[in-house]
Amino acid sequence: MSDLLDSTSLFGATPLRTLVQGITGGEGSYWTEQMLAYGTNVVAGCTPGKGGQRIHGVPVYSAVTDAINANAIDLSVIFVPARFAKGAAIEAIEAGVPNVIVLAEFVPVHDTMEILAAARANAARIIGPNCPGVVFPGRDFAGIMPGWSERLFAPGRIGVVSRSGSLGALINLNLVSAGYGQSAMLGLGGDPIVGTTFAQALQMFDADPNTDTIVLLGEVGGPMEEEAAELIPSLSKPVVAFIAGKNAPEGKKMGHAGALVSGGKGTAASKMAALTAGGAHVADSPTEIIGILQNL
Amino acid sequence: MFIEEADAKGLIAAGGVPTPPSGIAATPAAAEAVSAEIGGPVMVKAQVPAGKRGKGGGIIAAETPEATREAAEQILGMQLGEHLVERVLIEGKADIAQELYVAFLVDPATAGPLLMISAEGGMDIEEVHAGKPEAVHRASIDIRYGMGAADALNAAARITDDPNVQASLAGVLVTLYGLFRSLDAQLVEINPLAVTTAGDVVALDCKLVVDDNALFRQEGLPEQRPTGTDLELRAAEQDFLLVELDGDVGVLANGAGLTMSTMDAVTALGGSPANFLEVGGMAYKRATPALELVLSNPKVKSLLVNLCGAYARTDVIAEGLIAGWKELAPDLPVSFCIHGTGEERAQQLVRDELGVECHDLMDDAILEAIANAAGATA
Repeated sequence: MSDLLDSTSLFGATPLRTLVQGITGGEGSYWTEQMLAYGTNVVAGCTPGKGGQRIHGVPVYSAVTDAINANAIDLSVIFVPARFAKGAAIEAIEAGVPNVIVLAEFVPVHDTMEILAAARANAARIIGPNCPGVVFPGRDFAGIMPGWSERLFAPGRIGVVSRSGSLGALINLNLVSAGYGQSAMLGLGGDPIVGTTFAQALQMFDADPNTDTIVLLGEVGGPMEEEAAELIPSLSKPVVAFIAGKNAPEGKKMGHAGALVSGGKGTAASKMAALTAGGAHVADSPTEIIGILQNL
Repeated sequence: MFIEEADAKGLIAAGGVPTPPSGIAATPAAAEAVSAEIGGPVMVKAQVPAGKRGKGGGIIAAETPEATREAAEQILGMQLGEHLVERVLIEGKADIAQELYVAFLVDPATAGPLLMISAEGGMDIEEVHAGKPEAVHRASIDIRYGMGAADALNAAARITDDPNVQASLAGVLVTLYGLFRSLDAQLVEINPLAVTTAGDVVALDCKLVVDDNALFRQEGLPEQRPTGTDLELRAAEQDFLLVELDGDVGVLANGAGLTMSTMDAVTALGGSPANFLEVGGMAYKRATPALELVLSNPKVKSLLVNLCGAYARTDVIAEGLIAGWKELAPDLPVSFCIHGTGEERAQQLVRDELGVECHDLMDDAILEAIANAAGATA
């Protein structure tokens, strides 16, 4: 899926012109207010049948095509419930939105496959589903990470990419406490298949002039970490990695639908070995990450 | 959700995939009657939500109705892994000329459907693939166009030279792909898919896993026995995902990644977690029932609460925990580490209401929780 890497970059100095799908719902409205307060350039909202209103001053449209005709859009962040996520995401993709974040947990995997097929056909980037979104400290955020929290985020030069929002939060807290800051935090999502993989995120950070070091936070299940490990030797920047779920029992979903060790595959041990072989600095515990960064 | 073989076969048969004549029995007498009705030799197969039943003695061939009864007597009540066998499937034995392997699955590498097909069915496909990767043909399918007749014939032609079998097999592939899609399957696997001496293609087994996230639109599925420990099932009834472990440190954390990392850190620091239970995501407003679940495990000797809020507000989780703690009044030491969204208020609430000081470092909270559990046991 490397053909997606040329889609409009999430990175850069300019805040992204952001659309909020599901803006009239409780979560959509609440997080729109938080995003606006932090500096996110929310140019439009969309809820079918609710065009014409304003939410926190943002014009609401009934269809994504109406929103995009009124304002250029770089990114859509989708706050609709899981069972409606496919319709909303494909609407955004087909309207020409180049980056789409799907936050909902519990999206059926067949719906995700359809979303990602539509994205490939239209050269759009999807982040998620079941993800916390993205934060560019000092610039903007899109999703449900508290970008404004000075305990978690500070402008800096570490690129953080995580499947999990909560583990991402812990590591961000540790980074900021130790005096580091982030160029970006990308939350990829906890589902078995997601739109943006670790390998793609590594390439994005490697190409970003504001990132010096990449912190990869993986977990058990699936092949994403192994795939990323193969890419690491070709990167120009060091990668520090941590894998959650060393003690995850076989055959049990560990909170995320994608965090499942099955048939002896997708274990933390295999991921750590692959990342080490690829040249990543692999931390044994979340606490170790800071020490590794200090010794790079 | 894992669908037991008999139910999975019912679903694929209704969809048009040929299966042998069969019946279900919960008693040896019923098994004998089913066998007599089918006539001729049969297979008697334990029904449990797991694979590899043959290796555990859960599948027996029987030539007569009497032998079927004896086989059912052996299998019913048997423990296969963690599952008790409560029913058997009895099905007519096919005259097998060749055993094939066919599966459709969600392939994380391409984020799309994948067909796996092999002429070497009947065995564990992982073993076939490891020893002879060229024996397993893999074809990615574009979900926008599905599995067309031409794709199916091309795949079948890699498996057999017989044009009649190719046509039957291609038909089964198109039908099975349609079922993979309409059933929201993560996996539908037929191993073996038999070619009979008469040249028919028949599904002799079926492993079907339906996406839990799609159950809201799969209302017609036969009901499945829930799997898990009593505590896990009680948690599932309340929409919590709890995994019971063997240790004595009860763990409450928010979010899957942080909860797994907390479990790992407890183990790495010399302790043993009693559970995985996350109170993140939409569950963060339901900390009271989450606490009740963790504390209802008698193995728990000490409780560890590790929160790092982003979306989940730690002060809301703390309120729920404090309410639950006061209600249940457990005689148990508890250690806290709380950071992230809402941390000042959460730490203050824990201090004021429970008289407990939160640790600043996660590892310090974990070490205290481990020491408390060890002290309680000593």
